[in-house]
Amino acid sequence: MIAAVVTNSVFGFLRFAVMLAVIEAGTRTVAGYEEPQLATFVWAGQGLIGVVLLWALPELAERIRTGDVIADLLRPIDPVWQLLAADLGRAGYAVLTRFVVPVVVGALVFDLYAPRRPITYALFLCSMLLATIVCFACRYLVNAAAYWLLDVRGPQTAWTLTSGIFGGLYFPVWFFPHAMAIALIVATPFPSVIQIPLDILVERGLPTVQLGLLGVQAGWVVALLALCRWVQWRGERKLVIQGG
Amino acid sequence: MAYRHLLAAQVRSQAQYRASLAIDVAGSVLFGVLDIVSVVVLFRVTPTLGGFGFTEVFLMTALASCAFATADLVVGNVERLRQYVRSGLFDALLVRPLSSLAQLMAMDVATRRVGRVAFGVVMLVLAAANAPVEFTPARLALLTVTPIAGAVIFGAVFVATATVAFWWIESGEIANGLTYGGLNFTQYPITIYGAVFRRLFAYAVGFAFVAYYPTLALIDRPDPLGAPAFFGYAAPAIAVMTAVAAGLVWQTGVRHYRSTGS
Repeated sequence: MIAAVVTNSVFGFLRFAVMLAVIEAGTRTVAGYEEPQLATFVWAGQGLIGVVLLWALPELAERIRTGDVIADLLRPIDPVWQLLAADLGRAGYAVLTRFVVPVVVGALVFDLYAPRRPITYALFLCSMLLATIVCFACRYLVNAAAYWLLDVRGPQTAWTLTSGIFGGLYFPVWFFPHAMAIALIVATPFPSVIQIPLDILVERGLPTVQLGLLGVQAGWVVALLALCRWVQWRGERKLVIQGG
Repeated sequence: MAYRHLLAAQVRSQAQYRASLAIDVAGSVLFGVLDIVSVVVLFRVTPTLGGFGFTEVFLMTALASCAFATADLVVGNVERLRQYVRSGLFDALLVRPLSSLAQLMAMDVATRRVGRVAFGVVMLVLAAANAPVEFTPARLALLTVTPIAGAVIFGAVFVATATVAFWWIESGEIANGLTYGGLNFTQYPITIYGAVFRRLFAYAVGFAFVAYYPTLALIDRPDPLGAPAFFGYAAPAIAVMTAVAAGLVWQTGVRHYRSTGS
């Protein structure tokens, strides 16, 4: 917990230094962001990692491998909803701790962009909630691969790489060619985890655009949860509890 | 040699599942690709970074990536020390008549990470060929020695930060700030960082000698921050110093170790 926020803050300094260098080399804006907006983007992003829990240990995969998952399946509630409920509780606590600390550190050292439209705060909270669910669903799918593979290191590596680079963590996806950025946002779930909540927070685009972004996230929530349900259903038919 | 047997046994056991190892090696290459892609994407939106052009930053990134990948291969898994201390497994290492640190390295070598090292070497050759380097025997030697010295610096950081687990078992990912953070830091010219942060990472830890100063020497450019030219060739000396420091930290940690008794 303390270790995590310290590490997130160190990376905040590292990432923002690179962003600052990019901005100072060219005009005062880059890919449509002004300097304070990029500061908020980086520092709130470092906090958001802890809220959506981008890198979680593959605990469910381990339970599937050892057969402990049978205890989850015996309960009268579907495992997807069980784990989602627990994850939302964890995220709520993380908003007050892991999100706040990097943002405060960033605000003490740099000029952060504060949203000008009151509605942004409400939109951001909704977006953060949807982002948490999208991230949960993606992690769930990675873990559920254990029903077939037993060892999920491959899918885990793929998720770590793609979520970081296409999700807006290392740099905003708008640094990619415009058409590619649009395609990523609409056609892949990764920007729904980091990029979209942050774009809403730094007020990139009009409120109508932001509502559209929330719609994209909501679409991914529905699609991914349905996929989780389906994968779980198929997985249960595949599951063999190893004896002994 | 007992170490060689330990190491050979590890590599052999990891090579038993060929397909699995092949996938892991490919995954490890992708992490190397990521280092490069970040730089390419950044230069899409900016012509220079901290006063340096693409080919120069590319060279720094390749040097950093090579050094980090090598250190990660050899000592990266020392970060598992946390689990060993918690589970009491570390006791088993201490009762053997071998160095505990060397045993840890031999036991935990992650063969799959050769992928990232190999990719790093290819990128380094590419970067050196593209950068405005006038090759002399001295510069050629510098280009070969620098990744090794850098790997020693990263290795020392891996060991020193893992040692924190002797005092603070729940230290979690705090070491990552210096290890993976160090990779992030060394990829770019140190001119882009704020003064306090730069002093801490570049000079106190020694990260400036992994890629930044050697690159300046390779492209024959004076340091915009005013450091003397011999800094470019100082990496091996710095590497020895960090390794000695990490060794001392490790020894202090081991002496401090109290078994959990489980």
